[in-house]
Amino acid sequence: MLAFLLTLMLLLGIVIVLAYAERKVAAFMQDRLGPTEAGPYGSLQSVLDVLKLLQKEDIVPTAADKKLFKLAPILIFAAVFAGFAVIPFTPDLIPAGIGIGVFYLLAIISLDVVGLLMAGWGSNNKYAMLGAMRSVAQIVSYEIPAGLAILSVVMICQSLDFQEISYQQGILLNRFPGLEFETNWLFGIEALGINTTNIGGITTWNIFRAPLLLVAFVIYFIASLAESNRAPFDIPEAESELVAGFHVEYSGFRFAVLFLAEYSMMVLVSLVAVILFLGSWNTPLPNLTTLKFANWTTGTVGELSGILWGGFWLLSKTFVLLFLQLQIRWTYPRLRVDQLMHLCWKVLTPIALGIVLLAGIWRLLMV
Amino acid sequence: MLFYIFAALAVISGAYMVLTRNLLYAGFSLLLTLLSVAAIYVLLFADFVAVTQLMVYVGGVLVLILFGIMLSSRVHDKSVMSENVNVGWGISISLLTLIGLGYTIWQASFSSLPWIQQANTDILAGQKSTVQYIGIKLMTDFVLPFEIASLLLLIALMGAAYIATDKQKV
Repeated sequence: MLAFLLTLMLLLGIVIVLAYAERKVAAFMQDRLGPTEAGPYGSLQSVLDVLKLLQKEDIVPTAADKKLFKLAPILIFAAVFAGFAVIPFTPDLIPAGIGIGVFYLLAIISLDVVGLLMAGWGSNNKYAMLGAMRSVAQIVSYEIPAGLAILSVVMICQSLDFQEISYQQGILLNRFPGLEFETNWLFGIEALGINTTNIGGITTWNIFRAPLLLVAFVIYFIASLAESNRAPFDIPEAESELVAGFHVEYSGFRFAVLFLAEYSMMVLVSLVAVILFLGSWNTPLPNLTTLKFANWTTGTVGELSGILWGGFWLLSKTFVLLFLQLQIRWTYPRLRVDQLMHLCWKVLTPIALGIVLLAGIWRLLMV
Repeated sequence: MLFYIFAALAVISGAYMVLTRNLLYAGFSLLLTLLSVAAIYVLLFADFVAVTQLMVYVGGVLVLILFGIMLSSRVHDKSVMSENVNVGWGISISLLTLIGLGYTIWQASFSSLPWIQQANTDILAGQKSTVQYIGIKLMTDFVLPFEIASLLLLIALMGAAYIATDKQKV
């Protein structure tokens, strides 16, 4: 219960910062100033936006399917929020440390799709329906390259547990029960003879332990943009064609929930990318001979310093990825639907399949 | 206690699915049924089966069903309603199935089976999940059925692709 509340508070905080950052990044990229009035540099803008949304009238269209219309935002947010249950925030802080976390995450996100269909249908609006259809088609297809990219990580790490994958990517490797006698080698290859178990830092991140995971990371990142309906994959809510996509009929608090779910999805996919590829809560700084940067910036597990450093690294890496998502939105034009499917099925999926095969071979080199 | 909550949910939503006339509501109540069955799997220490159930049925089959309903219904601006046909035959066959299943379960008398009485509640025995065990079993004892199933899926995939292609009349 405590984990539930803490995660919810953390998520609300991140989403509010993200909504503000979205406006500011957009503004600076277009040589504008963005919000400036509310608070210093407009920093209270998104808080006030939320307050405004909460005060608005709750409109349910007469012709809408009322039960589905009301249920849909709850289902969408619940599905996304359930994904946070398996995310390890620090070395010893994870809401639910189940052994098949990665698999669970992939499955629970597909619940989101049902919620989207519910919202689109319940609104009884052709724009909403088209938006939901496009969104679902996109999410379902891009789950495949994303899933394959994640699968290659799982093959390298030999685990479906997020916390175990996190421990493998840093100097705390031998602290995880069951991994006491494991060693990390540079690029995962023992023949090179460089033991990185105590060097840690960036040299033990998954993209370094098995450099081909860098390709998998790029595939996952592109697919995750599509899964969270971000530009350049935002045809589900293309303003010029569909007004606003599946949430066109929603207002007030219900819209706030949908908005929150959408931004939570962005945060969730970035968190997963960080955990699987970019070293999770491990520090990027390696130990260099006498300069023990990694030890200094990891803290002690189980104490406050470990929690603070772990949370700091995880969240700052996540924010870097989120910033990248915002930047991409204002850089690339929207893809047409045929280009979208071409990219998914004819480019990303074959490459991802090849990566899975290579990851298996790499794993053989690692043992 | 948890089991009864989820079992009740599964039964109620399943009954609703059968009894409602609106096909779309039936689809959404199927979601609830599948979720509660997944929860029951978790209670039985079958975490992998539970998540696979979510992955395959909710993420794949249910979305496909909903897509099918949404694209094919509302032909004349009215939701599609299911109709009652073959009432007599339906009732008699389902009753016969119920009697047959009930009789079999009654005859089996689970509580007196030796392996149930010896069963250990601590099934995982220190392991974090059943995945490793399932993987080893699939690659050793059950490798032939596993491969045949994958072949079957491949055939189904190719068949679907063949049906879906435009046949150009030369």
